[in-house]
Amino acid sequence: MNVPDDLLYTETHEWARREGDKVRVGITDHAQSELTDVVYVELPKMDRQANAKEAIAVVESVKAASDIYAPVRGTVIEVNKALEADPGLINREPYGQGWIFVLKIDNADDLKQLKDAEAYRKQIS
Amino acid sequence: MTENAPKKTPLYEEHVRLGAKMVPFAGWLMPVQYTSIVEENQTVRNKVGIFDISHMGQLIVEGSGAREWLNVMLTNNIDKLDVGHGQYTFLLNERGGIIDDLIAYRIGEQRFLLVVNAARTDEDFVWLKKWRRPAAGAPENYRQDADTTAIVNRSADFGGVAIQGPGIAELFHALFGKDVDLPPRNAIIDPPFDGTKVSVARTGYTGEDGIEVFFRASDAVKFWNAALEKGKAFGIKPCGLGARDTLRLEMCYPLNGSDLSPERNPIEAGLGVFVDLTKPHFIGRDALLKTKENGPPEKLVQFRMKEKGPPPRPHYAVFQNGERVGEVTSGTLSPSLNWGIGMAYVSAAHAKIGAQIDIEIRGRTFPATIEKKPLYKKS
Repeated sequence: MNVPDDLLYTETHEWARREGDKVRVGITDHAQSELTDVVYVELPKMDRQANAKEAIAVVESVKAASDIYAPVRGTVIEVNKALEADPGLINREPYGQGWIFVLKIDNADDLKQLKDAEAYRKQIS
Repeated sequence: MTENAPKKTPLYEEHVRLGAKMVPFAGWLMPVQYTSIVEENQTVRNKVGIFDISHMGQLIVEGSGAREWLNVMLTNNIDKLDVGHGQYTFLLNERGGIIDDLIAYRIGEQRFLLVVNAARTDEDFVWLKKWRRPAAGAPENYRQDADTTAIVNRSADFGGVAIQGPGIAELFHALFGKDVDLPPRNAIIDPPFDGTKVSVARTGYTGEDGIEVFFRASDAVKFWNAALEKGKAFGIKPCGLGARDTLRLEMCYPLNGSDLSPERNPIEAGLGVFVDLTKPHFIGRDALLKTKENGPPEKLVQFRMKEKGPPPRPHYAVFQNGERVGEVTSGTLSPSLNWGIGMAYVSAAHAKIGAQIDIEIRGRTFPATIEKKPLYKKS
């Protein structure tokens, strides 16, 4: 399973890529392979505030709906509209075109709460 | 449901070897998918797929009184069955509620095979045994002398697979030889297979042409692998419960435990055609006659979302003009239609073909239309 070294991870299988004072967020390759066949994504509302571990998006497979959590506290400043037309991007490019939202981080120190690639690999092994 | 660890079918190791994701279902560890629900659904619609159905129960009812007694236990008319034929039917409680839906096959002059839902097998067996003995307060005609009818639960002895899809005829001949004919719809035959005997019924739960094959549990791996090997030429894929659920829902076949329950009767479920009310006696008849006379308060309907959006799911509320009128019992994104579909119990006044309803999904409502079944038709 692909777990890129340069990303941070949550217990709940989101990845976070730091981009200055922002993080781009999606679900991991492991998560998409467990869900398979993503058929619908409910994106978070723009400009909404989110606490760490707060459910702010929903990814639905044929079988079930799964909540997606904010990895850190922040404000939603970008959402991936492309997923509305092509939710399968999450399956095909979980770390690329399949990103879900971008958060402006409230406090960069919060990123220390996230797992590194090695810890996440251990979690899913 | 038992608290015990889930049981493994005789094909468990094969599923694991094929990389299936295994989940507990009805007391069994079953493959929910091997690669992708969408892919497996489409394989059945366009080629041929094979499902493990070893979890399903097999009850044998036998004896000089078997036919007459089963006609009191079950809703459909078993007198219409010639030897070698089966029928879809219900096992009801006295209130007309559905204990189980099943297929009853007449496999001998005085011998019947009941193929029942995994989760209900034990309950069905206990229920049938209870009625076989004269129960206190039971009407005279429900009683059956224990000497003339025997019931045996053979579920642990048998494994089974469903092979479904347009490629079935060719695969059937590849497995059983050119000289064996496919049984007619709902019929069952016992062709020889590689030194053993199997039962093949022309039945299924997908809406595609197909067969269900039952064999001794010890022959399961041999048959499964033979079907996969011979099926290669026809594009066969192993398919899991996930695909099975989408296939049956596209056809609006009910799922026991979701769309059917002891609180619902076959008339509410729109399945009155499998109930013969002209039979003088069967358990639940009085209640069904009353439902028929007064009209059911709620009806099971099938619907299609009007817009591309989140798929409907069980327990979502159904509204009409802002008034709550029912609840979704089954829902999914149909892989064949690439669209949200579902079934719901809706108050009878609102359960009209073509009616507009709203499905509440996470606090928002999404419009849908009640449609005729099936929701998927082969083009």
